[in-house]
Amino acid sequence: MSTLEIHDLSISFTKYSKGLRQETTQVIHNLNVSINKGEIVAVVGSSGSGKSLLAHAILGILPGNASVKGRIVYDGQELTEQRKAELRGTEIVIVPQSVKFLDPLMKIGSQVQTSVRKGNAAVAQKKIFEKYKLKPLVEKLFPFQLSGGMARRVLLSMAVVSEANVVIADEPTPGLDADVIKEAEISFRELADNGSAVMLITHDIEFALKTADKIAVFYAGTTVEVAPVSDFSGKGENLRHPYTKALWRALPQNEFIPIKGSQPLANHLPKGCPFAPRCENATLDCLKEMPEEKMLRGGMVRCLYAT
Amino acid sequence: MQLEAIDIGFGYKKNSWIFRHVHMSVSRGEIVGLVGPSGAGKTTLGKILSGYEKPSEGLVRLNGSPLPSKGYHPVQLVFQHPEKAVNPKWRMKEILHEGWNPDDELLERLGIEKDWLRRWPNELSGGELQRFCVARALGPSTQFLIADEMTTMLDSITQAQIWQVVLDMAQKRNMGILVISHEAHLLNRICSRIIDISQV
Repeated sequence: MSTLEIHDLSISFTKYSKGLRQETTQVIHNLNVSINKGEIVAVVGSSGSGKSLLAHAILGILPGNASVKGRIVYDGQELTEQRKAELRGTEIVIVPQSVKFLDPLMKIGSQVQTSVRKGNAAVAQKKIFEKYKLKPLVEKLFPFQLSGGMARRVLLSMAVVSEANVVIADEPTPGLDADVIKEAEISFRELADNGSAVMLITHDIEFALKTADKIAVFYAGTTVEVAPVSDFSGKGENLRHPYTKALWRALPQNEFIPIKGSQPLANHLPKGCPFAPRCENATLDCLKEMPEEKMLRGGMVRCLYAT
Repeated sequence: MQLEAIDIGFGYKKNSWIFRHVHMSVSRGEIVGLVGPSGAGKTTLGKILSGYEKPSEGLVRLNGSPLPSKGYHPVQLVFQHPEKAVNPKWRMKEILHEGWNPDDELLERLGIEKDWLRRWPNELSGGELQRFCVARALGPSTQFLIADEMTTMLDSITQAQIWQVVLDMAQKRNMGILVISHEAHLLNRICSRIIDISQV
């Protein structure tokens, strides 16, 4: 059974456009994803595709003008706003994107200790700092004194010491050097092996492939493909969606060829498939409506012509 | 024609150095990678080379003379976080035209939509903002570009898109580029040589 299941999730924001006139922008559309116990799922997509919002929706920390539709099920029971508030920080934790999420007036050491749930907090914190090559001196620093890479390691160590059931990591890798990334891969795997369900939100395909079991590809607010890691190989022949293929081919270690254009903004989405304006194989049918999800070769794809 | 760092050292306090005795140079038309562990001072070195920060000791020389203190700076820096590099109270159009007026062809190649020009920075995502920061830095008087983790936050398609434009421009204008990055694959793909900051 899945630890965390997300069914038909949609998120929209209401804002004032002019005077008292309001407008609603839908940023996530009919998203489905599930994570099993001991599994690592990577959600890969470009910036601005709504990946972080997904994490914030699971934790219930979206701003007040957001409205959420759809169902999130945790451990067989629906996650209501109240339940989210009880569970976040203990059973469901997030590794946030930046140090801005830390308390700016609290020293790093004691801050990490607050997230330890079992055993001696100080010992656990010292152990994890040693593992991530953070010098004892870091304990006495304030968040603003950390370099980018150090901050990332501190945030990661907070999630690891919490031993939560669901760990959601929002962009855990940018700015880290190869050794620390290696260490991060190992820790996520350890977390999963200890029974946590891990969701990695990242744009770094290479990291996702090394760490995760399956990859959910995100484009313009929805998942266009869910594929096992092994499908990402060669020229991407096994991949299902044209966007995923383009992502794979654009990597510097592959062909480094970009496709034209940019991802549509949330309030200017085309009516049909969001990728159609950039897709080589798009037909008139693609412009009519968003393709339904279909299962294909052990994965999911939202494309009329996927084979 | 080159950008040189001569015996540069930097520290925030007296007698506590982030790095010392750094010698390096980038010639025009050359693409050089700069790597090193996090916290080693790669970004600081980038800031010193582009005149945002004064070194505690040593000299920066551009074509043999000191960096100019006014006018369009010939060494342009593109930061890792575009959100921090744009004025939140300006519209994108003003931000883009701060140094020069890029033509429509460049904007199109970078995937910048016309419609974005009327927006405020907080209405665009990091990837979208970064395209503006790159366009802004590629003015005709730019001789050297320092790309500090320029595409680290971006997906692979946007990364390839931006680099294709930058490399093309560099070749046309004989620009030198210093690429600060952790991504070995990217560096191997585009750089002619790679410097490790802990070994210079």
